[in-house]
This record gives sequence, C-alpha cells and structure tokens, in this order.
Amino acid sequence: MSNHLLLSIAGLTKVFGGLVAVNQISFDIQAGEVVGLLGPNGSGKTTLMNLISGALRPTQGSVTLEGRRLTGLPPHRIAATGVARTFQLVRVLPSLSALENVMVGAVFGPDQVSPGAARAVARSVLERVGLGGREHLHPAEMTYIDQKRIELARALAADPRILLLDEWLAGLNPTELQTGIELIRSLQAEGRTVLMVEHVMDAIRSLCDRCVVMSAGSKLAEGTPAEVLANPDVIRAYLGDDHA
Amino acid sequence: MNTREVLIMAASGLLLAGLACLPLADEGFWLTLGISLAGYVAMSTAWALFSGPTSYVSLATAAFFGTGAYVVVNLGETAPWPVVLVVAAVCGALLALLAGMATLRLTGVHFVIFTFGLAELIRQLVTWYQTNIGGAVGQYVFVDISSAQIYWQLLALCGLVFLAGWAINRSRLGLALRVIGDDETVAAHSGINTARVKLLLFCISGAFIAVVGAVLAPRWTYIEPSIAFNSMISFQVVIMALLGGSRRLWGPLVGVIPFTVLYELISGHFPNHTHLLLGTAFLLIVYFLPQGVAGRIEQLRLRRTHRETHAARSPATLGETAR
Repeated sequence: MSNHLLLSIAGLTKVFGGLVAVNQISFDIQAGEVVGLLGPNGSGKTTLMNLISGALRPTQGSVTLEGRRLTGLPPHRIAATGVARTFQLVRVLPSLSALENVMVGAVFGPDQVSPGAARAVARSVLERVGLGGREHLHPAEMTYIDQKRIELARALAADPRILLLDEWLAGLNPTELQTGIELIRSLQAEGRTVLMVEHVMDAIRSLCDRCVVMSAGSKLAEGTPAEVLANPDVIRAYLGDDHA
Repeated sequence: MNTREVLIMAASGLLLAGLACLPLADEGFWLTLGISLAGYVAMSTAWALFSGPTSYVSLATAAFFGTGAYVVVNLGETAPWPVVLVVAAVCGALLALLAGMATLRLTGVHFVIFTFGLAELIRQLVTWYQTNIGGAVGQYVFVDISSAQIYWQLLALCGLVFLAGWAINRSRLGLALRVIGDDETVAAHSGINTARVKLLLFCISGAFIAVVGAVLAPRWTYIEPSIAFNSMISFQVVIMALLGGSRRLWGPLVGVIPFTVLYELISGHFPNHTHLLLGTAFLLIVYFLPQGVAGRIEQLRLRRTHRETHAARSPATLGETAR
C-alpha cells in the first residue's frame, strides 16, 4: 500500500433546517486503503456519502480528491474525476440488460469509453463479480444479490479512483455475505481505494484497514477496527452507558 | 452497421420511394390522407425521440408547430423555401432551448402542465401582438407550393427523423437518455450531464416539429394563432405516440396509422358523433393495449420465444409455461 493521500475531507458540515446531520467531519483516505464508516442509524453516514458524491452540497467544509476540490461540483462532474458509488437501496436500471447497466459506468465514467469498447469492459467486469454468462438478463429476472452485483459492476466499470459502497453487504444471507466479503477483498487485493458504510461487524473486522465512527453527525473515533470497536465512546453510542 | 441494419435501411428506402409515387396516382382524398399521415408520423416520432426514453410527457408540440407555421407567415413570400425551413428548424430549437432551461428541472405532472401552458402563452402573445401592433389577427399565406410537394417534403422529413433517431440510439446520447429515463440519480452519479442531454434532445425534437409546422402552413392559406397553436395538435401527437408505443423508434409509426385512419373513418361516416365514438375507441385502446401496439407486439414475440425455448428444453412442462 502506497502512502499517497487520495481523498481529504475537512470540516465537512451539512445542516438541514435546524438539524446538523454532519458536523465538522475531517479525515483522510490514502490510496489503496479500505476505510469503514460506522455509526448507529441516523448518525449521518449516508449524508456524508452523499456530500462526497455530490448528491448533496455541503453547508461548510471541503472534499478534495488528489488536490482537486470537489466541493460544490454537480454529481456528474464528481463522477468524471473518478468517484463511483453504490446506493443504500440498490439502484439498477430496469429497462437495461445487465450488460448495458454495467456499460453505463464505462461509457460515462472518467475514461469516456466508446460504447463498442465498453461492451468488452462490461463483460469482463460482470465476469469478475460472478455474473459471467448472465449478461443479457434484465435486473427484474435476477435475485437481490445479483442486482447488487450489477450495481457494484457498474461502479467498477468506471475504473474509479475511489469507490463508495453504501451498505453494499446489507440484506444478504450468510452464504451470500461470505461471497460478498470475498468480492470486496479481491478489490482490496488489486489496490482499489474503498470507503464503505457498513453495519456487518464480520465484514468490518476482516476488510477494513481503518474505521471512522460517527455519532449524531460528529466524528466519535478513528483507528483500526479493533481499536474503535474497543473504544468506550463507541460502545456507549451503540449500546448505551451500561455497557461502556 | 451489420447486415440486418443494411437490409432495414434498404427496405425503408424502397418503402419511402414507393410512398413517394402516391401523388402520381391520386391528387384527392388519398393524397390528403397521405399528407396527414406523413405529418403526424414525423411529429409523433420526433416527439418520442425526447419523450419516449425520458418519460417526460411534453405538451409543447403545438408551440413548436405554430412557431414553424409563423416563420412561413413572416418569411414565406420573401425568402427562398429552403431558407424558410432552416429558419423554422432554428426557431424551434431555440424555443425548445428556452423552454427546456426553464422546465427540465421539473418532473412528472409539473413538466406536462408547464409545456401545455407554454403553448397557450405563445398563442396569447402572438394574438396580443397582432391585435395591438400588427393590425389584424389572421394573415394570408401565399407560397407557391403544390400538395404533392408538401407530401414529398414531409416524407423526406420522416426519413430524416428516423435517421436521426437511429443515429441517436446507437450513440452515447441514446444510452444516456435511457439511463435518465430509468433513474436520473444513477445517471448523474455515473457521469451523465442530465440537464445537457435532456436539453439537447428537446431541441432536436422541437426543431423537427417546427419544420412540420412550416411545411404544412401553406395548406391553410389563412393562418391565425388559434389554428397554428391549436392544443389539439399536442394532444393528438401524444395519443398517437402512446398508442403506438413511445419506447421504440418505430412505435409512434404504428400508432399514427390506425389513429389517423380511424379518425377519417369516424369523422367521415358519423360526423355528428365523432367525439363520442373517438372517446369510446380510446377507452378500448387504453384497456386492451396499455403498452401500445409496439409493446403488444414485443410481448407476443417474447412469449413466443419463451415458449420455443421451454419446448426445446422440456416438452412435458409446455402446458404450464405456455400461460
């Protein structure tokens, strides 16, 4: 793993009316790191993801990718710099085949691959996520995990600098979960940088190099999974005072 | 281009050439019907270029159509005809650009209402201008052009719209539109500039419809805003495109033909009950063909291939899978 600063988040804040959903969050991600973003429900994790991908504009603070300021750019410009994401509730394109769904990532991603060449890219990425031979099915004909695979493949086809996974492992059964963890591990092995919101503790322990924990919009802790999960503040946030 | 596309192109070219011979055989009823069909095919297909994949139902067709017609009113007698048509296309595109910048942030029913309002607004503006500044509401159009020439120009325009649609479908633009139609959030996060794509397609669609308005304007000889900006045009184009199916390039085509023929039959045989019978026909169509003619054809085709694959795999289960 190289020590090269990829994404830098500084003082990021989002206010909805009177609610401070994300409050002065700062942390860095090095190239090749897999960072977990944890926290109880409603702590602002998805909002933070939305601020990075451009779905929401921050009230204050900045997001910088390799020195380039992303703050305030519309989502399609942020995608063009190499930020790809999946969504908390899976979002596949129902009228497109699996192959076409994945082509979209390559065609409109940072490399702007031509539609013809994108077919080949999409085929190889589908093969990677375990959907080889099912290119021509439509999402409606697929199971939930396969739809999640399509979504991940679409993000990967863009060959992103950083991949944002918003609870990509949620809702999978134990067997599927093992497959999913292996898949993310293989991304890690090829040197991809990932920021993942996750609740599945097994996945966090086995995948994340580092974790950031949020609570009520603020950063509560940062460190290795073992460190943050032993942190009394983190335990208190999840389980209440009696367990700390 | 693969062999299948070459064949389709060649067949379409032959079909167009064949249709172009119509004025040689008949100058009366059939030519009038031909002009009506060609005009609506061009408009419905152009409408569906934008509204089909994005599902943004536009009722601005009359605004573009009327703009084209009024270009002829103002330039028809002075400028050469090809220049008039180009100006009409440019004006249609500009109007789409302005309207699009104001409305494409809106979605669903808000967009429908705004585009409808736009056509009415322009009609009122032109009426106001003509009564207060221009002197008279109606104007005569004297352009030396025969019905056969109008028909040929509309046929050529149909060919152009189809070529444009075919080129768009193969391009990044076509894929971008389909993604926008499915999920705008995903589109934006995949790197698609959704506002620019929608605006561009709206302009292309508006330009084509304006040219139809320009070509048809000399048929009336007398034009006033309530004719050129008639909202019935907007509604008929939507109904025809939806009847045919707006998600395929050839969809509107298979809607325009039955609709126009039905309209001619009903208004010809039952002039006093036209609207009643047309309304009943709509109810039946919506009930039996919710996906449009094109959707129904694809459904049947899909079911057949499904049955064939199942039959090949296990003849024993054919009875269950067939239904």
